[in-house]
Amino acid sequence: MPSIAKPVATHPTLQRNALGLTIRDYEGSMSTLCAGCGHDSITAAVIRALWELDTQPHMVAKLSGIGCSSKTPTYFLSGAHGFNSAHGRMPAIVTGAAAANRDLLYIGVSGDGDSLSIGLGQMCHAIRRNIRMAYILENNGVYGLTKGQFSASSDIGSKSKRGEPNRMAPIDPVKLSLSLGATFIARSFSGDKEQLVPILKAAFTHRGFALVDVVSPCVTFNDHEGSTKSYKHTRKNTLRATQADWVPPQSEILAQISKSGTTAVTMHDGSVVHFSAVPKDYDPTDRRKVAAYLDEQPANAVVTGLLYIDPSAPDMHELGQSSPTPLRDLAYEKLCPGSAELERMQEEFR
Amino acid sequence: MHDVLRTRVNDFAVKLANVNGTGSASANGLLMQAIFRMGIPVCGKNLFPSNIQGLPTWYEIRVNKEGYSARALDYDLMVAMNSQTYDRDIKEVRPGGYLLYDSSWPLDPDLHREDITFLGVPLAELCNQNFEDPRTRILMKNIAYAGAMVATLDIDMDVVNTLLDEKFAGKKALRESNHKALLLGYQYAKEHFECPLPFRLEKMDANKDKILIDGNTATALGAIYAGCTVAAWYPITPATSVMDGFKGFCEQYRKDPETGKNNYLIIQAEDELAAIGMVLGASWNGARAFTSTAGPGLSLMNELIGFGYYAEIPAVIVDVQRVGPSTGMPTRTQQSDLMLAAYASHGDTRHILLFPANPHECFRFAVKAFDLAEQFQTPVILMSDLDIGMNDWVVPRLTWDDAYRPDRGRVLDAEDLEKKIGKFQRYNQEDENFVAARTLPGVSQKGAYFTRGSGHNKFGGYTEIPDEYQEVMDRLKKKHAAAAKFIPEPELASREGAKFGVIAMGGCDQAVREALDVLDRQGTTADYLRVRGFPFGDVVERFLAQHDFCFVVEQSRDAQLRSLLILETAVPKEKLRSVLVYGGFPLSSRHVVQGILSQL
Repeated sequence: MPSIAKPVATHPTLQRNALGLTIRDYEGSMSTLCAGCGHDSITAAVIRALWELDTQPHMVAKLSGIGCSSKTPTYFLSGAHGFNSAHGRMPAIVTGAAAANRDLLYIGVSGDGDSLSIGLGQMCHAIRRNIRMAYILENNGVYGLTKGQFSASSDIGSKSKRGEPNRMAPIDPVKLSLSLGATFIARSFSGDKEQLVPILKAAFTHRGFALVDVVSPCVTFNDHEGSTKSYKHTRKNTLRATQADWVPPQSEILAQISKSGTTAVTMHDGSVVHFSAVPKDYDPTDRRKVAAYLDEQPANAVVTGLLYIDPSAPDMHELGQSSPTPLRDLAYEKLCPGSAELERMQEEFR
Repeated sequence: MHDVLRTRVNDFAVKLANVNGTGSASANGLLMQAIFRMGIPVCGKNLFPSNIQGLPTWYEIRVNKEGYSARALDYDLMVAMNSQTYDRDIKEVRPGGYLLYDSSWPLDPDLHREDITFLGVPLAELCNQNFEDPRTRILMKNIAYAGAMVATLDIDMDVVNTLLDEKFAGKKALRESNHKALLLGYQYAKEHFECPLPFRLEKMDANKDKILIDGNTATALGAIYAGCTVAAWYPITPATSVMDGFKGFCEQYRKDPETGKNNYLIIQAEDELAAIGMVLGASWNGARAFTSTAGPGLSLMNELIGFGYYAEIPAVIVDVQRVGPSTGMPTRTQQSDLMLAAYASHGDTRHILLFPANPHECFRFAVKAFDLAEQFQTPVILMSDLDIGMNDWVVPRLTWDDAYRPDRGRVLDAEDLEKKIGKFQRYNQEDENFVAARTLPGVSQKGAYFTRGSGHNKFGGYTEIPDEYQEVMDRLKKKHAAAAKFIPEPELASREGAKFGVIAMGGCDQAVREALDVLDRQGTTADYLRVRGFPFGDVVERFLAQHDFCFVVEQSRDAQLRSLLILETAVPKEKLRSVLVYGGFPLSSRHVVQGILSQL
């Protein structure tokens, strides 16, 4: 995708994180998306979350498929390797990359076309394998790059720019992933940075597949009256199920002073996610209750928050019992049985 | 007198007609292995249906003291164990030959032939009298006919007994019933027929440095020795046993003695689209990775093979070819994926291909494929086929040089990057083979770049500018051509007074070599060239230029190797004639001899 390099100028008073890096160090090229695109807000939230987490830029790999959403890895973290793959194939590329090196943070960026149509199968199987990755689904309910066709997440009755209503039921990535056994499911809104940043921090910390479905209005093709993915409609119908606060490891004091009535979930690295559930009794660790809650909400409600989490489920490497050293770093001498063994083993081929 | 009646030692062919799923495969394998252990050159071809149980299946064993190991179409002995196919099986016996059948039931008199000898063994009766369990009765019939063959062909009984002891080492009951069934058939034949038949076996010493192995197992072993750690695949006949073999070897050799963990990860993907994606992801990230598939899977992989080509990511793809198009005949062999593989994916793409002719080369070329993929940063396709992959072949022992270290190609490490001034440029500063250095994620921020399948310039940046795009595309073409020097050299067999050339690849080799000997004895002399990879190099060009005309022998309807030669060398079209055998069974020298003679 085309990109424009950003001027390198850092204000001396910019705050630095534990690595001594400013937020500018987590940026990428200038966005070439339309002005006001929800995706750019998500990019900003990703940058903020990575900076706050003191992430080493080169320990991140950012991957995507094809579509407007998939352009965005260019716009953050220029110090990380990027991979703009083929349409709907990002999950497979991440799966292979994660197989080779389990030590990196994999951020997959996709859209509703990339994930829910052409790449639906791959997304489902990445969930099944519990690949350790943050999967950000920038969901605008429309095909932007090909100019305005409905996508598989378009709601029934939502109108296209020409006024034509969509008649087919949408695929809801949250309900779908819950039924597939995803271990981290969140939904947010590109316009709600306060909610999105902590969710992303939790997703980047999660050891397993973290789905973050972000409603992200398309200002050019799906922000009109009658659209159910417009800024106006989303703001009006958002229903916060939870507010999550991510607390880093070894910050027990902070954790203790958090508000009463919150649920604390300890992540694998020792960090804690505190949920303040907006509806009474919402338990993000109880799959059945989450499913029931989602089913009870009105059809037009955009339920947001970190909706479900299971921090203990084994990821692909634990399921596969694979080496703690990244496979790509194993010395060849460890991998080759050698000539003497070849000689011996061939007695079995006689 | 039929020549079959003349005494012939270590030179005959047997065909066994069975019902699949009844346990015949292990009896047939046992016979083949026993002959191998007697030191006699032997080949076995399994002609099986795409089915689990109940359909006709055949196994052919050819014994030839000269070492010819292509299919023989003249069957001296037919072991007819499938009444559904009696009709055609009886017709296939050469005049003067023998037919062994289960005489527990009378044979339809209409099927009788005056010119062959019927050997009736009441196999079902014998097994019913001697075994209780119905399943055992069916299974042991197979071992009983093997016993009759031991007697009629003079197979060494000690060798067979040892094989049974080895096979059923920990299973006493099975071992005993197998020995018992073997003896039932053996004794019946000894008592009722003149044993041995005029064609028989005699111990030789031809197999001391040989092994009995199928190509898929050898390919898997090659991946192990190449240091491959990640494999992704989707089950498909006839490639499945590549990954079965890889898994078996991994369990044996890749369990870390210190951590107890697996120094490998095998992923059964949701489809071939994902399998190749996983291989590209892992290779991009610095692991040696491969997938195995057959034609239908290769079709699906086209999209990302093009990605790997354009973004310059190593990948090893094993294509065990079967009969196409579409689902085709999954359990039959062909070489018809060639053109698809050579130019897989949309846009201008071209790939490095390797053509092993036997399991020995499967092992060596599998290792080579990993080296080439990383050296040239591109997908490499190992073009095996069902005949090579799934049949047991007698091949020279595999050897290994412990000095071998993988050629990981041009990869900059943290130190290289630290020394680097300015930004890393992914596709710039190519070497003499037109390969630019790459970097791996997780090493250094200075190596970061964006991998993309969209238009890019030599710096790795997105482009839509014609010159910038073409510059990269032109280098890719030169890079592919440069690989010709690194793929295995073609095999040449020249003869004094050769009138023309013969060209083949892969599994046609054995039949072509035998055919050229037959033709030579008849006064028709030809040179032989076996291509072992694509892009073609100077040796191929010279061979084509040096001969007035050449025959291209191959297993596809559309003469795909001939087409590729016409497209990729300077040879004029009219200089190449075709001999095509594409019905799905491995070819025999007779196909080649007849194909050539009919066009001279």
